[in-house]
Parts: sequence; structure tokens; C-alpha cells
Amino acid sequence: MKTDTNISGAHGAPVVALEKASMSFGPVHALVSADLVVRRGECIGLVGHNGAGKSTLVNVVNGRLTPTGGAVSYSELAAKASARNNAHAHASGVRSVFQELSLCPNLTVLENLRIPYRSMPRNGWRKTAKKMVMAALDQVFPNHGISANAVVGDLTIAERQMVEIAIAFSARDARANLVILDEPTSSLDAAIAQQLLEHIRTFCTNGGAVVFISHMLGEIFDVATRIVVMKDGQITEDRPTDGFTREGLVDAMGHVASHEEAGPNAHAKRNLGDVVVQLPNGLNARKGEIVGLAGLAGHGQAEALANYYLSETSAWRSTKTPKAAFVAGDRARDGVMPLWSILRNMSLLTLPEFSKRGLVDRGSEQKLADDWKAKIKIKANSLTDPLLSLSGGNQQKVLFAKALASSAPVVVMDDPMRGVDVGTKKEVYKMIRSEAQNGRTFLWYSTETDEVLECDRVFVFRDGEISAELVGEDITEENMLRASFEMQEAAE
Amino acid sequence: MTREHLRILLPVLSLAILLAAVFYLQPRAMSYFGLNLLFNLAIPVALATIAQMMIIMVNDIDLSIGTFVSFCACVTATLVQDTPVLGYAVLLAAVLVYAGIGAVIHLRGLPAIVVTLGTSFVWGGLAILVLPSPGGASPEWLQSLMKSKPPLVPMAIIAATLIGVLTHLLIKRSSIGVVLQGVGGNERALERAGWSIVQLKALAYGLAGLFGVLAGMALVGLTTSADANIALRYTLLSIAGVILGGGEFTGGRVSPIGAVLGALTLTLAASFLSFLRLSPDWQIGAQGAILILVLAIRLLVTRREAN
Amino acid sequence: MSQTTTNTSSHAMSLRDLVQKPWIWAYLAAAAAFGATMIISGGQGAGSLFYAALTFAAFSAIVGVGQMFVITLGPGNVDLSIPASMTLAATLALKFMDSNPSLIVPGLLVAIGVGIGCGLFNFALILLLRIPPIIATLSSSFLFQSLAIWSNRGIRVKPPEPLADFTTGGVFFLPNVALVAIFIAIVAWVVLERAIVGRWVLSIGQNLRAAQLSGVPVNLVRFGVYVTSAVLAGITGFLLANFSGGANLNMGTEYMLMSIAVVVIGGSSIAGGNSNVPGIWGAALFMFLIVSMLNSYGLGAGVRLILTGLIIVTVVAFASKKGYAA
Repeated sequence: MKTDTNISGAHGAPVVALEKASMSFGPVHALVSADLVVRRGECIGLVGHNGAGKSTLVNVVNGRLTPTGGAVSYSELAAKASARNNAHAHASGVRSVFQELSLCPNLTVLENLRIPYRSMPRNGWRKTAKKMVMAALDQVFPNHGISANAVVGDLTIAERQMVEIAIAFSARDARANLVILDEPTSSLDAAIAQQLLEHIRTFCTNGGAVVFISHMLGEIFDVATRIVVMKDGQITEDRPTDGFTREGLVDAMGHVASHEEAGPNAHAKRNLGDVVVQLPNGLNARKGEIVGLAGLAGHGQAEALANYYLSETSAWRSTKTPKAAFVAGDRARDGVMPLWSILRNMSLLTLPEFSKRGLVDRGSEQKLADDWKAKIKIKANSLTDPLLSLSGGNQQKVLFAKALASSAPVVVMDDPMRGVDVGTKKEVYKMIRSEAQNGRTFLWYSTETDEVLECDRVFVFRDGEISAELVGEDITEENMLRASFEMQEAAE
Repeated sequence: MTREHLRILLPVLSLAILLAAVFYLQPRAMSYFGLNLLFNLAIPVALATIAQMMIIMVNDIDLSIGTFVSFCACVTATLVQDTPVLGYAVLLAAVLVYAGIGAVIHLRGLPAIVVTLGTSFVWGGLAILVLPSPGGASPEWLQSLMKSKPPLVPMAIIAATLIGVLTHLLIKRSSIGVVLQGVGGNERALERAGWSIVQLKALAYGLAGLFGVLAGMALVGLTTSADANIALRYTLLSIAGVILGGGEFTGGRVSPIGAVLGALTLTLAASFLSFLRLSPDWQIGAQGAILILVLAIRLLVTRREAN
Repeated sequence: MSQTTTNTSSHAMSLRDLVQKPWIWAYLAAAAAFGATMIISGGQGAGSLFYAALTFAAFSAIVGVGQMFVITLGPGNVDLSIPASMTLAATLALKFMDSNPSLIVPGLLVAIGVGIGCGLFNFALILLLRIPPIIATLSSSFLFQSLAIWSNRGIRVKPPEPLADFTTGGVFFLPNVALVAIFIAIVAWVVLERAIVGRWVLSIGQNLRAAQLSGVPVNLVRFGVYVTSAVLAGITGFLLANFSGGANLNMGTEYMLMSIAVVVIGGSSIAGGNSNVPGIWGAALFMFLIVSMLNSYGLGAGVRLILTGLIIVTVVAFASKKGYAA
């Protein structure tokens, strides 16, 4: 592949243009009236906190999502929002690299090019594929040391990420015009990340366009020609990189609304007991304390919590006095028994506590469910209805009730408020607070800032490690953002 | 050495060790006729194993391959022999039905294991309808092909090599074979790239049907007659063969050459005991033991690699 | 799903509740097959057909209960070693009793012990080799079968006379083996519907990770289920061998597919997490009666098998239509 030859179309010509594009998932407005033009030759740094709408925006750009309002148009093919955005995006050379790997681990590096390159000529396809994939790898990551015949599953995570990036940049039947990179450097070491940034610059100079999402602000300032800031589903800032300072960028990502109401009340001094939780990574919690786990999503918080919970329970023994209870946030994966009623879902954890001789005491089970239904205000006609018939918020309440009903002294919460309405949240905050007063300890991972502000102490995670411990007055959104984003220069 | 090499090394080693043991115990087996005798019955098993491999490659499992091969054997021994046109048409239709089953399984999101359990009854019933009592005859050309005695290398070895190499080219080297493996490896990625998973699954099942037909025909060529229960054991043997050959249950990790080697190993394990002067009672047990042993060794190898 | 616990107000079962039970269809189908057979025979031999159906369904029902618990554990969980465990337990137990009536109880214990051994071996493979249960039970079944062949050596040991009389006899209209199978089904029902362990099994089948995060001792439960399945296979082998006058190396063969078929036709979900015990008996009766019906219509084994297969496929297609979208 030769990117030295200019990509067709002049610098500054638009590749993709969003015009008042909106995206709603039911009542949730993930993207609100976004205007964005991506032009040849520019690298857009896209930043924002958890849930700001970055991935929705990116998925609208690459055609995987068709916006519910507004229009998307691709280069010369001026197409209105249609069901075939995906095809338009493909034809215009829009490529994406996401954090979830889209390679086939059972195939070799060169064979993986075959998957996105559907119209590859049959004759001598291996040679063609090898040439293309190696050219791309050599160009993006000189001296990469990856063999075209290596099976992807045998590569390290960093190498897989490199292959995926190279395949996105590779010339196939159409050239890559716009490459969207979502946290591409998260598993790369500094030197290799630098190669990528170098390539992005060359690529853009030659007329390509890049949308670059990263939590390393240094990289953003290093490579982006323009920075787009998102907040609550809206594009709030869209200016050339020169117009920002690092501090200013962090401020721009923060919420507009203030959170005074959480303030003094939440952080009132309380008498805390002994340390009851001590994790190998340094996280600890005392009896009756609400400890928050913050930081950008996917930086090791959920794993830390699940590992802690599983280390406190046994796969071989059941106990009437559990040490910990778990409240799932990813309900489908970690929490819900999809075929079961509300009642059965709620009692699963506590069954051994109130049952005799191994049989379920159905009277006590019913009573427990009735009590908690009233206590936590679950809106359901009957407790025998399937759990999945409830709204997301009410399902989540059931999972809370399940954990709080147990006698476990520690409650572990893995971002439990995802997609829950404000009213429910307020009720649950109150309940957590009163349970903490009674001596229960909470480990609370949340991607939402106002929830973390409810905590007594906060550990901010970055790249699987704790990057800051905040107490009392220091628990502010600004401090959390600062600790979540890598503020240093991109390593040279 | 990559894990892919290890994957193929293990079946090669197990076959080599077993073969060495057989030769040590019975040096006369190290001859043209000895080898032919040892591996003759391995050809239909190898073909059935390849059929099973096609299904396992797309993350499903086929419990009907045994009765399907029996059915094909019955059709070969009767219809193909008596009214060739009708006979071949029936076999072709059977391949298409297999492809259809694959498409339906994907479209309706059905569990392959139960659907193929159900179809195994159907094939079994059809086999009885075609050939109610053991008998039939092998088509002339088939018999002379299967029993031919090429110079230097016995037919069984030639056929096994051919099956292994051809399916290797088809699955591991060809452009479409790679995409088929991709279905097992990362179905979502293929879907995102615009591939039709239904078509690919139908293709994989259709290939399985094709190799099932070949297995049935080869079996009749060897035994010169058929009966409705002739290949029932192939269901379990074929799964065992794929796994022995380095295949994995999920993730599209299969090896055609390994699968053929696995089938050879299983056949050899059966005859090995008679050379050991052990009672043939242990034939099946030896197959099971080898399977467990290989799985245990594989676990040790992968675990060491992980460390 | 209709198997949620009834709350206090709805203990009485109405007709509508009954129709919603997933297992009712198996009984309706069994009744239809029974009726169709009777039409041909003009009502002759209804009693003896019923008796025979209960007898033969009993064997399928016992292994079916074991297989049901395994399948309930979720995708990939199937016990393919049931036929081999049956044969091995029967062979060893009959050999041990050596037609001696005084060794009946120890003989039964031998069969159960063999079952426990098979189950332990299966689960050890699953846990230690980290292989899918289907492969583990497949490989172990080769070993069990071989052990059975080796210990049998073609000698057919006759069962002790009282035991043969018991397994072929009956009380009033009920064969003794059916009484045993009904007793086992009732215990299984209590375990599945009323015991904590039953809840655990069902939860693992729906969502293993969520079960583990809800304090369910997943390994203990899976261990228990695989041992139970093998023990029930052992008991079935023991009864069947005594019933048919001796252990036979092929005695288990048809029960591999049969055990899975009765679970599926009985309305349990093949995807796991949603099973019922009554359906097993209904399906077991149906599987026998459909054969008698087709026989009485002069249709051969071929058509019978084809219809059985089509019924299984139809049931699965229908069951998954109602969806496990979640």
C-alpha cells in the first residue's frame, strides 16, 4: 500500500457529515441533535465522561446505528438517513476499531483480512492478503515483529490490537478514508502507541481522516487537529486543539449542573468501624462505610469487585451467613434469572438463611418478598410475574432487595444504576445511606458522577490500578476526571 | 512453535506411538497387507469424522452422523446399485437436506444437539425403509475402488492421505474455508462485515452431508453390503476423532488433517489390543482411554503455555 | 413461565392453569396414541396395553429424570454415558448376586455404588480436564462400556428368582417397576420444585455467572447432578436386567437418545433452567404408546422412527418459538 500518493479528493472535503443527528433508545436520548462534519486531513479528538454519548456518536458515523432523527451523509454519495447507512459507510471507506476485538482468534493474521474484505479476488488470495496486511503493519508499526501466518489467538493482546488497527488502515477494494479509533492505545505500550500517533499524522497529512477517542489527554493534544467534547449526549465544544488547555478540557467535560444537594449531608462525619475489606490493589473499606470505585468504564473496577465477591464465597459450600452480597449492574449477564418470577429472583441469595432441612420455606419466602416490595416500592402487579416483565429500574430494585435482604455485612455494587430513572435512584441512595448507618459496608462502583459524590471515600481506577484515593471534601467531579485521564504527555 | 503446531503435533505423536507399539508387538504388521488390514476400516470413519468436523467448526454438534452414514450406506447398497440415477438423486437430496437443517438451526436459533437428535431418528427410520433387513450389494466400481491394490502403498493409506490433504486445502487454505472457520471464531465480526451467517452455516452443514454420503459409500465398498445399524457407532467415534485430532468444541478451531489422524488412531486403538493379545473387550475402552489421555496432555500443554 | 411458585391465593388448579403446563402436551399425545391404538383393536386389550406402557415407560422415566437434571444445568450439559453406566451397573450387580436371593439388597447397593462411581468419574473429568460435559461423558462412556464387556464375558447370569418376580410383577394394576419409577419421580419433583437444591439447579441453567454471584455453590450442585444422573442410570440398569432375565451388553443403547427425547418431549427446555418432572412420565408413556399405535396400524419400525424424529424436531422448534429471547 502506498499512502504517499494522495487519497482522492481534496483536503478539507467532507467524508461524513451529521446534521442534527439524534439517537434515542426508548426514553433514553443518547445523542441529541449532533452537528459534526469530518473532513479529509483532520484528526478529531473525541472526549467525554462515561455515558456522554461518544460511542453512540461513533456508531452513527460508521453507519452501524441509523439515527432516529436528523441526517447523515457520506462523501459524494449524498445519502439521507436510510437503512443502508452501513453500506454507504463501507463504500466511503469508513473503518472502525473498537475496544471489543473484532478479529477471529482461530484464524491467522492474513486470514483475518479476508473477513472485512468480502470482495477479495479468489485467485492467489493468500498472497494478496499477506502483502496487504504486512504492508499495513509495516507502515503503521515499523518493526512490529508480527508474522502474517501467526494465529491471532496466539498473539498478545497488544499484538492483536496492532493487527486490528493495521487491518483498519489497510487498502482493500476501497481505500480507508476515515478511521475511527476507540481507545486504540489502551493495550499498547508507550513506544508502539507513539508509532500509531505518528501514523495517524501521516495518514491525515495524506488526506485521510481520523476520529480518535482516548483517555490519555496527552495523546489527544499530541495528535488531534480538532477536539470535540461531549456531555450528556450533546456536542458541547468543537474547536481546534490550539483553543484548549488540559485544565480547560477537563473542566469542559464536567457537568453543567451543580451537585450541591449531595454536599454536606452526604459527607457528614460518622463513626466508622474497623477495616472489613482489604483488596490486594490497596482498596479498603471500614464497617459502615460507603466506598466508591470511580474512573472511566472498563478500567478494572468491575473485575476487582467480582474477584472480591468470588473470593469471599465458595463454589462448593453454601452458608447461612454470607460474607458479601452482590448487586449486578449488567443485569442480563450477572444478575437476572430470565425465566424466573420476581419472587424467585429476589429470594435466591437468602434461601439458605430462612429454610429448614433443605426445603424452601415458602411462607417465609413470600413474606420476605412482600416486605421488600413495600420497603423498596417495586411497581409490580404480582410478585409471581416474570422479572423481565418489569421496567429496568424496577428489575434493578429487585436485585437490590435480593442483596439487602441478606445478612451479608458487605454489599458489593457493580454500577447498579445503569439505565435507572432519577426517582428510583434517589430512593436507593436513601436506602443505602440508612443501611450504612446500621453498620453495613458498601463497595460501590459507578460510572455516574452524582453517585460517586454520595460516597464517603472514593478510589479512582485507571488502567486496572488505583490512581487516586479521595476523601470527604476532595470528592469532586474535577478531581475524579483529573485522576481518570492520563494528564502526562504521551510518552516519547 | 505456535499453538497451531502443537495442535497438530499431538495427534501425530499419538498415532506414531500407537503405530510403533503395534509394529513392536507384531512386526509382520509392517507390510503392505498388514497396513491395509490395520487401516482399512478407517476410511469411512475418517470421512464421517470430517463431516462432524464441519459441524463442530461452526460451533454446533451433530448427533445424527451415525444414522446418516447408515442411511447413505443403505441407499448405496440398494438404490445406487439397482437404479443408479434415482440412487444418486437421493444422495444429492440428502446433502441438500443437511444444508437445509443447518439453515433452519441458525434461522430459528435452535439447539443443534436436539435437532440432530431428532433427525437421527428420521435417518434411522429412512434407512430401515430403504433396507429392511441386512443385505444389498455394493456397486461394482465402488467395490473395486475400495478394494483395489495400488502398488507400493495400500489403498487405505492413499485414501486417508487424500482425504486429509483435500479437506485441508478446502478448509484451511481456500478463501471460503477461512470464512467458514471465521463463523466459529467470531460470528459477530462476520455479521458486522456483511456476511450472511445463514448461507455459511448451510454451506458447512451441506459439506457435512457430502462427507457423510462419502462415508456411507466407502463403507459399502468395503463391506459389500449394508444394514440399517451399520454405522451407529460413528456418531461418538466422529466426535472423539475431531477432538483427538486437535479440534476444540467451540471457537472454530478444527484441523482436517488432525481429524483424519484422530480417526486412524481410534481405528488403530481397536486393533492394537488384539496384537497385545488382550481381549477385544477393551477395544472401546482403549479408544476412551486414549481420548482422555490426549485431552489431559493437551490441558497440561496449554496450561504450561499460559504460565 | 408457568412454573413459578403459586402464591397463597391460587392453590386450586383451574383448567386454564393446566393447559398452560408445559407437560400437559406429552400426556395428551400419549392419550391420543392410546386412543388410536384402541380404535384399531376395537377396545380389546386396553388393560394389558396400559400395563405394558407403564412397565416400559418406567425405565425411560428413571433415566429421563437423571438426564433432566443434567440438561437443566444449561447448554452443553448432556450425559452421554447413561447407557454405559446402565450396562456396567447391571452387569456388575448381577454378577455379584450370582442368582443368589440372599444378596438382593447388597446387589442393589452394588448397582448404586457403580452409579456413584460413574458419576464421580464424569464430574472429575469435567472439572479437572475442563472439557465440555458432552465430551467428558462421551469418553467415560467408552471406558464404562468396555468394563462392562470385560466383566460380562458373554456369560449371562440369571437374576435371583424373587427379584425377577418382583420386576416383572405388579400390585393391582400397577407394575412394580412403575411404582419404583413413580416414587423416584415424586422425589425428583420435590427436589426440583420444593428444595433449595432444585432452585440452585434451575438458576445455574439460566445464568451460571449470575448464580455464582448470588451465592449458589455451583460446583457442589453440578457434582450432585452428575452423580444423581449416573446413580439413576445404575438403578435403571439393575431393574431392566432383572426384568429381562439378565444383563445384556446392548441393553442401554436405546436409552441414550431416549433419555434426551423424554426430557425434550416432556416440555423441559433444552437450553436449561426450565424443567419439569411430570412431563418425563408423559413423554415416556408416549414414546412407548406411539410404537404400539404404529405397530397396530401395521407400520414398521422405519415409519415409527421417522415419526419419532419429526416429533422431536417439531417440539423443539415449537418450544423455542415461544422464545428464550432473554
